Amino acid sequence: MKFVDEFRDAQLGRVLAGEILARVEPERHYKVMEVCGGHTHSIYKYGIDDLLPDNVELVHGPGCPVCVIPMGRVDDGIAVARHDGVIFTCFGDMLRVPGSEYTLLDAKAQGADVRMVYSPLDALRIARSEPDREVVFFAIGFETTAPSTALTLKRAKAEGIKNFSCICNHVTIVPPLRALLESPDMRLDGFIGPGHVCTVVGARPFEFIPADYARPVVISGFEPLDILQSILMILSQLAEGRCEVENQYTRVVPREGNLRALEVLAEVFELRPHFEWRGLGFISQSALKLSSAYRDFDAEERFQVPGVRVADPKACQCGEVLKGVIKPWECKVFGTACTPEHAIGTCMVSPEGACAAYYNFGRFARERTAV
Amino acid sequence: MSATPTSREQRILEIIDTARSKPRRFRDNQVTLAHGAGGKATRTLIEGLLVPAFSPPDGGTLRALADAGSIAVGGTRLAMTTDSFVVKPLRFPGGSIGELAVNGTVNDLAVSGARPLALSVSLILEEGLESEVLRAEVEAIAQAARAAGVEIVAGDTKVVERGAADGMYICTSGIGALDVRAALAPDSLKPADQVLVSGPVGEHGTAIMLARDQFDLDAEVESDTCSLWPAVDALLDAAGEELHCIRDATRGGAASVLNELARASRVSITVREAAVPISPVVHAAAELLGIDPMYLANEGRLIACVAPQAAARALEALRSVPGCERSAAIGEVRREPPGMVLVETSFGGRRVMDELVGDPLPRIC
Repeated sequence: MKFVDEFRDAQLGRVLAGEILARVEPERHYKVMEVCGGHTHSIYKYGIDDLLPDNVELVHGPGCPVCVIPMGRVDDGIAVARHDGVIFTCFGDMLRVPGSEYTLLDAKAQGADVRMVYSPLDALRIARSEPDREVVFFAIGFETTAPSTALTLKRAKAEGIKNFSCICNHVTIVPPLRALLESPDMRLDGFIGPGHVCTVVGARPFEFIPADYARPVVISGFEPLDILQSILMILSQLAEGRCEVENQYTRVVPREGNLRALEVLAEVFELRPHFEWRGLGFISQSALKLSSAYRDFDAEERFQVPGVRVADPKACQCGEVLKGVIKPWECKVFGTACTPEHAIGTCMVSPEGACAAYYNFGRFARERTAV
Repeated sequence: MSATPTSREQRILEIIDTARSKPRRFRDNQVTLAHGAGGKATRTLIEGLLVPAFSPPDGGTLRALADAGSIAVGGTRLAMTTDSFVVKPLRFPGGSIGELAVNGTVNDLAVSGARPLALSVSLILEEGLESEVLRAEVEAIAQAARAAGVEIVAGDTKVVERGAADGMYICTSGIGALDVRAALAPDSLKPADQVLVSGPVGEHGTAIMLARDQFDLDAEVESDTCSLWPAVDALLDAAGEELHCIRDATRGGAASVLNELARASRVSITVREAAVPISPVVHAAAELLGIDPMYLANEGRLIACVAPQAAARALEALRSVPGCERSAAIGEVRREPPGMVLVETSFGGRRVMDELVGDPLPRIC
């Protein structure tokens, strides 16, 4: 496919891999976090780890919007979905995320009208075509998807659609990163910055990472060559003693971000004082709710939701895995109580989470060692 | 990526291995759509509930988990299979539920090495279904059966009240005569076997997806539904006993079939991603929707595992069958790590191609 295959050229990949190998100090161990779940996906899809030297380790960050949703919020969603007359809409990957007792897929099997949509606009379309039903959209995602929810709400308001509302779980990427960096046991050497979030917010919000925590950040695209190049740029900063926010994804990310999208976000959303993240606990000012101008569209106001906080199981050590303090297999419940079929923590929920990946890939690593 | 595993890590990996190889138990409180998707949940339902309930304690043909069971009648070995069809929408580019209902069962017989002989057809119709729609599907069934050379010898009809079925559902059962040239079994893969596919993957799944109008995507792609017997016939002619197993890559796609075979034969299968034939439309649609075409359903594609010395012969024979011109050798069987499917990505890395968890797309057949 034109404009895509160019960024997947295996020949160029090998050249970059060679440059990376030349950049690392053999006795040093590097831990680089890819913040965004999209990067994690590409890393697995293309087998990028395989092209890296043994002492460059990629740590999967908190940027998977599905896996950070805490159990209590899933329970709230299920409670709304079970209301008479409600059509509950969400993205497909949300269906399998465990609440305290059930998933949305279970709720659907029990009779709730849960439908998978690919865009919030699809949910609005359902609301238009079924005016006698209440249509609720379960909004998730970072700054990348928040603008599409915002635009949908603006359109619903402009058209005067009354039977549409939204459970807002939009989160922001900077606070959890700061929380990770604040942690005394943090062991990360650098960050692959979330390219798609940066198309909206720009590069500036990440400048605190080099400034306050002396770690390099390279904002990266999502094709395999993008990621390899970004890793090389991080290693180069480390080798040269530089520490700054660099933009590898210049073909998409403007330094200032997307001002119109930011305006829409500011109009439709406001910051929540705090929000719970699965595996990471409460993080202040880390999520969005609907602003007072859009309160009528807030499903949490429109419906009774339990709003009960369901504690992560005590044995779950997702936080430590995300900080790179422990490896997935070092978690007490890994592979026993917590498996991809019955996930406890965020890292096992999504197939791209660090633990799910290790569960599926770990033996592969063993086979490689044997070769 | 990782150094030599430590002893604790080793132990954890063994726990995972044991958990994976343990017989499945069906413990879910209710059926969800995931149980119908052809992935892990489907396997749990089949291996954890159905097979133990239906099989005699000392074996039974069902335990082989093949596409068709076999029975001996006098001196003849027959294959028997059944399948039900609930596809939505009823008609889609390249086919319809009626055509699918014939080819699906014919193909389960064919890939078991049996020449399809006869089918039964049961129709479950929803009150209010337009006669025109019914007539068209009956004609599609008749035509597909003629094309596949099978006779419809028995049937049944039921009508349920409005809302209890979505237009129509079809169940077909079939019997076929096991071919004397065939020695096929899912547990007979050997290291160095070559893996062949009979054409581009993912076309049926993509056609259904686009026919549902869920996405504002317009693209020309047709379901690949067709009878696979001519392809199987050609393979058996070319490779005979050196052909170790054939599967049709329906629900769960090629990835699910490869996982089943790797597990059944306790071998590893390595797929060369760059060698897998995919049409540009399927590639683009899958890319846009974030779906791996290897998990998309096919209704007229088979995967064959053949001994290395017969591979070139088999591939040539396959390519000479109309509709299979784009057949390709996409990978090979290896010894380690048993039960796993690995992919050599076109970018030069490697990854695991796991079983499907959950359901990207319900009701595709």
